[in-house]
Amino acid sequence: MDSGSRARLNTPSALGILGALVLLAAALAAMVGPYPVTPAQLLAALRGQPIDPVIDIVLFNVRLPRIAAALLVGGALAAAGTVYQGLFRNPLVSPDILGVSTGAGLGAALGIFLSLPVLAIQGLAFATGLGTVALVYLIASAVRGHEPTLVLVLSGVVLGALAGACVSLLKILADPYDQLPAITFWLLGSLASVRVDDVFGAAPAVVIGLIPLVLLRWRMNLMALGDEEAAALGAAPGRLRLLFVAAATLMTAGVVAIAGVVGWVGLVMPHIARLLVGPDFQRLLPTAMLMGAGYLLLVDTLARTLTETETPLGILTAFVGAPVFLWLLASGRRAW
Amino acid sequence: MVMRLVARDLAFGYRHHRVGEGFDLAVTTGEVLCLLGPNGCGKTTLFKTLLGLLPRHAGHIELAGQELAQLQRAQIARCLAYVPQAHESVFAYSVQDMVVMGRSAHRGLFAGPTASDYARALAALEELGIAALAARDYTRLSGGQRQLVLIARALAQDTPLIVMDEPTASLDFGNQLLVLDQVERLARRGLGIVLSTHNPDHALRCATQVLLMKNGRLLASGAPESALTEQTLKHVYDVDVRVERLADGQRVCVARNAGTST
Repeated sequence: MDSGSRARLNTPSALGILGALVLLAAALAAMVGPYPVTPAQLLAALRGQPIDPVIDIVLFNVRLPRIAAALLVGGALAAAGTVYQGLFRNPLVSPDILGVSTGAGLGAALGIFLSLPVLAIQGLAFATGLGTVALVYLIASAVRGHEPTLVLVLSGVVLGALAGACVSLLKILADPYDQLPAITFWLLGSLASVRVDDVFGAAPAVVIGLIPLVLLRWRMNLMALGDEEAAALGAAPGRLRLLFVAAATLMTAGVVAIAGVVGWVGLVMPHIARLLVGPDFQRLLPTAMLMGAGYLLLVDTLARTLTETETPLGILTAFVGAPVFLWLLASGRRAW
Repeated sequence: MVMRLVARDLAFGYRHHRVGEGFDLAVTTGEVLCLLGPNGCGKTTLFKTLLGLLPRHAGHIELAGQELAQLQRAQIARCLAYVPQAHESVFAYSVQDMVVMGRSAHRGLFAGPTASDYARALAALEELGIAALAARDYTRLSGGQRQLVLIARALAQDTPLIVMDEPTASLDFGNQLLVLDQVERLARRGLGIVLSTHNPDHALRCATQVLLMKNGRLLASGAPESALTEQTLKHVYDVDVRVERLADGQRVCVARNAGTST
């Protein structure tokens, strides 16, 4: 293609195909595992017909909540990544850029160290994730006279490193036989212990975060032009940035609280979505969310079927994500 | 619609750094105000202040009879469009998507572009003769094409006044003339245009008013014939030039040879 425009799928067909693939992946994930379920059994169960009680428990208490959680976490991380990449006009940005994951990791590690109940650990992770980004934003607002996005990113990097140091300290202090593995496992992300309640706990944060993104989906494009152009085109970049950061942070903190730190999804998925449908946020957001949801579901299904013991998600997403990312860089694209 | 942008005794600059002061200027729809001055003299800072992107240090700016600082961003964007210098875009927006962003000041906060917005964007591209680029990626255009796309976005913004920051910078000779033609045509269509340039010939060709500035001070202003003289140009650029009148009456600047100085 030398005409200067790339072959892109039109949006309805891209979303249709991706939606169908996600459904297919969900059906597959419901069937595979140590206790296989046949398609006929799955259909019967979904129709509410009487089935083997063991299958009933496997499907409704274990697999379907986990599938829902994977879709929720993947979709939310991809959405947050899409927002941050546009906001910071940088395709190498991930949802962790302002320290939400490291902050949440600190809260979770603290909760595990203090032997708090699971719900309290999740709540603490959510609160410290939000708190870290709020602190980053306050510090960046106090520093004036520089490019605002640059100050924001730098404050995020600094506070993230500080939170990371605190996590390391907690790891040293933690009980090496009981607490340390729990902290390590949490920091690599996993859906192994996710329950229906967790899905319902995280869903409101994701939905509330998603509302401004959907409503302001066209305005997001202006932010990708930079503050001055956005303002000259009639937008209020400062207020929009605050709103977008808050929304993306809420979504990320919500899902990190139940799944731990799952890397790469929010970095790689927006990229691939942009290759498919272009950078217009109106098309990009739903595409990236579907891809993130489907990708994390596949990775999580691998995580629980690949080996006897559960593989942490962060390890698998890195093994899959890093080569894809390197390929994207090596393919020498001039612009994203 | 007649609209005026007026600055009175304006001082401007960044937070702790004053760039210029003592500026009086006014541009009305149908006029072309051309700003000339050496690199780093504060042209872009002045423009950003006129657009309300930087707070003024002192003085007044009035747009459509109202104090600029009292207007909402969207209100300003419906009166005054900005054409930045052709730039790189991080993301490969299509030309059509780029131009339709000019419509955002006319739409509600939560709205997306409508069919009529896309039609307006396409009309702007057609007006500049670049409708064929509509589906291309902005990132893959030449500098001249990008500049025209940014002008098209300002046209789609449908404002009576447009501020253009060095629209001919980084363009080749042909594209410079193309952009100047468009500026003249837009002014005849009734738009008011403020632009900066490094080439006095551009001002002699299309300006109805000229401002000459240096080191943040206004050196001369007025009609091109009176403001652009050999003396003022020497004062601004520190080089000897001759202003010659061609057979058709068009005035041009030529550098004076070292040997022929009088």
